[in-house]
Amino acid sequence: MAKSRRQFLAASAGAAALTSCGKPGGAPAAAAPEASPAANMRPYGERSPLEKPLRAIRDLSASSGTGSSRTPLGDLFPGWITPSSLHFERHHAGVPALDPATHTLLVHGLVETPLVFTIDDIRRFPAVSRICFLECGGNNIGDQRGVPTPDVQQSHGLVSGAEWTGVPLRVLLQESGVKPEAKWVIAEGADNCRLARSIPMEKVMSDALLVYGQNGEALRPEQGYPLRLILPGFEGNMNVKWLRRLNVLDQPAMSSKETAYYTELRRDGKAEMFTFVMEARSVITRPSGGQKLKPGFHEIVGLAWSGRGKIEKVEVSLNGGQTWAVATLREPVLSQALTAFRLPWIWDGQETVIQCRCTDETGYLQPTREELVAVRGLNSGYHYNAIKPWKVHANGEVTHVSIPA
Amino acid sequence: MSRFLLSCLALATLLNAQPHGLGRPATPEEVRAMDITILPDGTGLPAGKGTAVQGEVVFKSRCVVCHNEGGQGRPGAYPALVGGIGSLATAKPKKTVGSYWPYATTVFDHINRAMPFNTPHILPPNDVYAVTAYILFLNGIVQRNEEMNAQTLPKVVMPNRDGFVPDSRPDIKAKR
Repeated sequence: MAKSRRQFLAASAGAAALTSCGKPGGAPAAAAPEASPAANMRPYGERSPLEKPLRAIRDLSASSGTGSSRTPLGDLFPGWITPSSLHFERHHAGVPALDPATHTLLVHGLVETPLVFTIDDIRRFPAVSRICFLECGGNNIGDQRGVPTPDVQQSHGLVSGAEWTGVPLRVLLQESGVKPEAKWVIAEGADNCRLARSIPMEKVMSDALLVYGQNGEALRPEQGYPLRLILPGFEGNMNVKWLRRLNVLDQPAMSSKETAYYTELRRDGKAEMFTFVMEARSVITRPSGGQKLKPGFHEIVGLAWSGRGKIEKVEVSLNGGQTWAVATLREPVLSQALTAFRLPWIWDGQETVIQCRCTDETGYLQPTREELVAVRGLNSGYHYNAIKPWKVHANGEVTHVSIPA
Repeated sequence: MSRFLLSCLALATLLNAQPHGLGRPATPEEVRAMDITILPDGTGLPAGKGTAVQGEVVFKSRCVVCHNEGGQGRPGAYPALVGGIGSLATAKPKKTVGSYWPYATTVFDHINRAMPFNTPHILPPNDVYAVTAYILFLNGIVQRNEEMNAQTLPKVVMPNRDGFVPDSRPDIKAKR
């Protein structure tokens, strides 16, 4: 024992000496904690304790387990990927604890052979990966209601990006043999509310994915571990988590989440249903609400995304919408994925309003709030994708822009 | 891989029968145990029955703690289940089972798969029929003693049955 303790002390002294080599004038001989390479090895990594960005949690009822947590977009470096630990969450009945050794997926309904798959079975299929955004249908709902949120985490934090790995849904369904009369697939989760959504067969047979991987490792529990759907460009709620059952039908199920919720009330009292695609939107994440600027050089940065394909153009106005400049897009621009943009700016210290607007590859133009409300009114509640202005005050504080009643 | 095995794989692909040979056939019992989907035409509704009179008893023991007396809800905490009929085109629409939900079968389905919130999947079919009947009664949609079962429930016409239209996107033509 004594000998090994001496060896340890000697090793520590050596490490301290190595560290002090790089410091002109020499360092104290005592071993500082950061000098030990052994202490820096971690079986599972964590960020520096000095890094503080966190998801903002908001309960949507008095019951725990229903609510959301929002991605701190203003504190991150915009890109295709959101760190898994900061990916937004939206739960309707908590996060179930599922064991991939026992969890199964049932495929039945209008199929030749109803099948049960283990997670191991699903991981044996030829795998595909793709990067895409995922966005809650209710993202930025406050601005439509005329109650603008103070920062970009509160306004737009229900969107994130990830690399997802799994199996094309059509490949899995072909294993059961889909009958010709099949038109919809009902996806059901194993959460407490058995959340169910009807997915049109066109989406199922094109780019829908059954995924078990997120950013190179297994899905996080809050993202549906061990199995979820990813429907690129479709509203988040349809990307059913903790998937336990696929029921192939000739009609939609008219579940509560596609009738009572996730439908959009119009001015005339009728509601639009099956509004699946998240249309193009963009937002400046820096500078944005709650941040403070010094006069001088800044790079305007933000994110744009479209459920219909690639972002073609992002324009930025630094003078309240009088003139617009074309921002530089981060290459490669990926279809149905977060697209970072940037534009250099020298702030002269004068009060101004900054905003961005995007165009996607289908030619769709992100609307102003006035253009959106003129068509949909104030009660549609989901899919609000209007331009988001930020006000830069002369003292450098950035706030939301109040919305006229 | 042997030529024989390759031939078998090719044949399986041609027949569209388990091209990868993964998964195992589900038994009819397994499907029955898992399949809780209920369609607007009543497909999937289980045997059983209940009335609003019976449902009031269940509601008062299982539901009232959140949804309040008479399904009034608790603003900001738990949704109301009644009222709002005629409010959808106004500045303050009130979306409830009575004013908004298009199908009575969805009420059964929602309760059956998700309620009570903290202890779901415990109500037997008779209780789910009864609570469904009670909520419909509170909204003036069925009578107090009207029996809800697999035959009667799909025939209930909800006030907002024709209140939904398909997606019209892209609906906004922005200008530059």
